Formats: sequence, structure tokens, C-alpha cells
Amino acid sequence: MTYNFPDISGHFGQFGGSYMAETLVPAVEELTAQYLRFKDDAEFKAELAYELKHYVGRPSPIYHAKRLSEHLGGAQIYLKREDLNHTGAHKINSAMGQALLAKRMGKKRVIAETGAGMHGVATATVAARFGMECIVYMGAEDIVRQAPNVFRMKLLGATVVPVESGSKTLKDACNEAIRDWVTNVESTFYIFGTAAGPHPYPMMVRDFQCVIGNEAKVQMPEMIGRQPDAVIACVGGGSNAIGLFNPYIEIPEVQIIGVEAGGYGIASGKHAAPLTANAKVGVLHGNRVNLMQDENGQIIETHSISAGLDYPGVGPEHCLLKEIGRAQYVAINDDEAIAAFDALCRFEGIIPALESSHALAHAIKIAPTLAKEKVLLVNLSGRGDKDMNTVAKLKGITL
Amino acid sequence: MSRLQITFDALKQQQRKALIPFITAGDPAQKMTVPLMHGLVTAGADVIELGVPFSDPMADGPVIQRASERALKQGMTLRGVLNMVAEFRQQNTRTPVVLMGYGNPIEAMGWSEFAQRCEEVGVDGVLTVDFPPEESHDAFEHLQRHHIAPIFLLAPTTNEARIKQVAKLARGYVYYVSLKGVTGSGSIDLSAIEEKMPQLRKHIQLPIGVGFGIRDAATAKAVAKLCDGVVVGSRIVQEVETSNEQNVVANVSKLVSELRQAIDN
Repeated sequence: MTYNFPDISGHFGQFGGSYMAETLVPAVEELTAQYLRFKDDAEFKAELAYELKHYVGRPSPIYHAKRLSEHLGGAQIYLKREDLNHTGAHKINSAMGQALLAKRMGKKRVIAETGAGMHGVATATVAARFGMECIVYMGAEDIVRQAPNVFRMKLLGATVVPVESGSKTLKDACNEAIRDWVTNVESTFYIFGTAAGPHPYPMMVRDFQCVIGNEAKVQMPEMIGRQPDAVIACVGGGSNAIGLFNPYIEIPEVQIIGVEAGGYGIASGKHAAPLTANAKVGVLHGNRVNLMQDENGQIIETHSISAGLDYPGVGPEHCLLKEIGRAQYVAINDDEAIAAFDALCRFEGIIPALESSHALAHAIKIAPTLAKEKVLLVNLSGRGDKDMNTVAKLKGITL
Repeated sequence: MSRLQITFDALKQQQRKALIPFITAGDPAQKMTVPLMHGLVTAGADVIELGVPFSDPMADGPVIQRASERALKQGMTLRGVLNMVAEFRQQNTRTPVVLMGYGNPIEAMGWSEFAQRCEEVGVDGVLTVDFPPEESHDAFEHLQRHHIAPIFLLAPTTNEARIKQVAKLARGYVYYVSLKGVTGSGSIDLSAIEEKMPQLRKHIQLPIGVGFGIRDAATAKAVAKLCDGVVVGSRIVQEVETSNEQNVVANVSKLVSELRQAIDN
């Protein structure tokens, strides 16, 4: 079977699509047309490659976490160091691509939603880099959880708008950004943070994030003479994961594992793991995906210690990869993620983001069950500096 | 002939314009919705748009967001809304009722069961804000089978090709969103509506209602001159918000009467 998704109207099998209010339909159609026009344009590609190399600092290295692997006594854990990118996470890969597109479309104002704040910081960064006005919507609860990132965005000249509606987290920030876009559709480019939302976002964000997997496919043979046995990444909306996974879809020997936020545990109902929990398919934020909802179709409040994974839906391509069995999805609970966070700090001198700690935790869980020759490539999607307050609070420490 | 067609035909004959108020079902309390619907009709409503609350109303401003939150807190569900329409129909078989909301609660119930139930209880039209025609094939089939009109939005940003597409699929009336923004935001630009109307009329034979940003009798009157119907949402929901269970029907009725008089004179 050849894997070639999405189709021309943005569907990944039964998932994806473009479910938007009429005012925005022409805007997403225009965006699709412009993206398709520029994505293979030599000048666009050259400019993006230049910015990724000289501004973002790509390629990001792959690091063999030897001490941690030895401690676990099983498979070897390798880390794709997206945490070393400028701004400290993978989000800049896509923010940069979208900003370059916005520039070509003559948009002077960019907006973004953010959960953990990493996408907000990435957007504020590229907006400053290209002299654009930047508004970031962020749930009021997340503003408390991620105070350092709020300050960073402000330093970069962005306006951070607290969102007080609903659960005051990522999904509500998303609602508010969509409301802004409806109102300012002609002047504004919506730099979407994850590989979800209406077509073309799941495709476009994925394409920009595929730099992660494309680099890894070259780097792993250089390091170990072959591809890894499994690639592992955390999945909220799932942009870092799809960026690593997509280039590996065509290599069937490489196992693909997405790690969702298990919160207090799937059985508790307080989690953010729609795929692991087999959530019913529904429509939110412009696309058809597995969605955490009650029996009446109302979106339910999710829980995760990590603001970046605290989202009731998931990108449509992950839904498809699960349905066709090409990828497997599991959940890691809050306490397992914290243990992984601690382990990486102590064994490797790397402070990971709480989001990335979920992916790492699953690798830590399965490594001891595997032979020493096996290789697990974990996407270390971001660094943990932003999580100091959350982790300190959990440990009962006041900073 | 459908209730919507009968209503708009009659208005045309009388050279009057439709008044289409919107309320959110279950706001301020479930027991108040049917009395409010009757109150709207007595005060001069021609069609009622009944909002089905959703947890994530992305196209709505703060006023209707809060109404949805109040209604959901009261335990309002799509099945409950349908039961309300059934109750309304015990006394009123004449006034068209259009359900307006987001797709996911309907998806959760299933379009087949939903459309069947709409026909049973006497719903006349369904407007799903986040389901554009491109994604509505399944929805259509079921609605058509049960003679429920799919109502579509058109916006200032809608181009001619899309107007044609909507013209083919729409039934009942077409709802022109008069400004770029969420419900209840900004102020209406009358000259922009006037400019857009010939392009809409060129392709759309159905009546055209205009809404978003109509806050007072004077604006309602001015808008009515340009189209076939005036939709008033946030202003009415705001009246519900500032009333209590004792005076809400009276307060909303007074507001709707004022709008009616302004449109007719």
C-alpha cells in the first residue's frame, strides 16, 4: 500500500477535513492554495533551509543516553534533541515555515494559541524576527502553570491574552484564536501550533515538522549503521510526533509509538489520551478526530500535568495511523512522566519538558524488557526550563 | 409546503420582513425555554432560531458563550432541546423553528436519528455553524429524507463560486452574516450589506436573512429594508442574562415587540 495522505480535500481516511464557519472557509482555501504554491518553490525552500540552519540551529543532534540505558539494563535509548533548537522546542520548525508563508501572503499580523507556551514563544520569536504584530491566546490556568514562558513572550514583544472561558486551557485558547481570526481574517495569519485543525494545517504543520524525522533517518545510520527499532514521541495534538513518524511510515521494520498523557490514569477518566482510551470520533477545531466527549457530544475537560498535552483531541493523521495499525498509541500517567523527568536530569544532565518526559517514560518502561542491541529513538521535543514552577510545586518546594 | 416557505410567502404577500429572534435553549433555565418561545411569537417573531448549547462555541462572542455555559450547567442536551420543540408544538403548529448550533452534539446522536427526531417533533430547519457544504454530504441526505431544511451561512468573505454552491444546497432561507467576527461583535456596516445583496440575489432565490451586529430597533429597521429577514441573537440573549425567571418572558417580549414595530413601520 502506498501511503499518501491527506487527499486533496484534506482527509486522512475518515479523519481530518475542514469544518469551519463560513467566514473562515475562504481564508483556509486561500491558505491551502498559497501553501501548495510555495511549498516546492525553490526560493521558499532555500529561505526556510537557511533560517532553520542559521537561526534555529538545525540539524538537531541525536544523543545516545548511555548512562540511562545502562541503568535500565535493556534497549539503548537515543534522543533526538529538539530541545536544543532556538526557543527550546520543536515548535519553531513549523512557526518559521508558517511565518515565511505569512510574509509571502503579505500578512503583517500573526496570532497563535498556546498550551505550554512553547508554540507561543516560537511564534513571538518569528514575529519579532520578521517584524510582525503578534497576539498569543493562552488559557488562564496555563498562564499560571507556565509563567516563565508568558514573560518570554512579552519580552519578545507579543501580546498575551488570557482566556477565561471553559477549562481555561489549550482548547479554550484555540477557540479564542479562531474567534480572533474570524474577526481579523483579512489582515491576519493564524500560526497554528499543532498538526490538527482544518485543512491545510494538519498537512502543512506536518510537512514543516518532518525535518525532525528526515534528519533522524540520515543521522541514525551514521551513528549506528541502521535505523532504530522504534521511534517514540509524545502526542497532544501530535506535531512533534508526526514530524518524527511520517518519514518512518515507509520503513515497516521501524515500530512507531505515540505516547499520550494518561493524567491520573485512563481508568480515572482524568487524562488527555483520546487514542489510548478509544474516544469516539467527533468534530472540533476544524477537523474530524478521536475526541474526548460525553455521550451528548460535549467536549469534556481533560487533565495532564503537562499543559502542552492537555487537549481533548489529537491530529487526524495520528487517528489514521492508529486505525490502519501502522502506529501504536499508549498513555503515560503524570507520576510516570515525573519519574522520567527526574531520571533524565540525574543520569544525563538534561532537563526535559514535561511533554517530552511522557515519551521518555514509555521508553524507560519498555527498555528493560528488550535486548541490549535494540535501539529506541525518543523525540526529546522540548526542554524543561518552563516547567520549573510545576515540578517545584509537586515536590513541595517554593521557588 | 414547508412551514418556512408558508411563512416567507405570507410575509412577501403582506410586504413585510421576517423577524427571526435567537435564544439559547435551556437559558436561563430549562423550564423557561418553551414559555420564552411562545413569548417571542406573541411579540411578533416569524421564525425562532433555537440555539443548541455546545461546550466550545468557536463562532460566538462572550454573550452567547455565557448563555451556552448556563444552559449546559442546567444539564441541557440535544435530546432535551428536541423535547422542548415537541412541547412548543403542542400549542403552536405554525411558527417555524430552526435549530442552530455546532456539529458535534449531532454527530454524537447520529444524523439519522437526529433528522428523524427533528421531523417527529416539528423542527423545520437546522443550521450547523461549523459544517460548511463541503463537509455536509451525510448530514444533507438525512435532513432531506426527513424534510428538514439545511440553513447555510454566507459571509462578507464568501466568493461568488461558493454563493452558487450554497444556492444549490440551501432550503428555507439563507442567513447572511453581516460582519466579519463572532456573534455580538462590532457594529454593522449597512452600505457593505447593500453592496453585497445584488451578488447574493443573483444566485439565491430563497429569502435572505441578515444577522450579527443588530443591537437596536433602528438598526433592525435599516437592515430590514435591505433583505427579507432580520436575525437578532446576542441582544436578546443579553436581555435573558440580565433578567430573572419571573420577568424574563416579559422583558424579552418587550424587546421583540420594539424590534417588530421598527421593522414594520
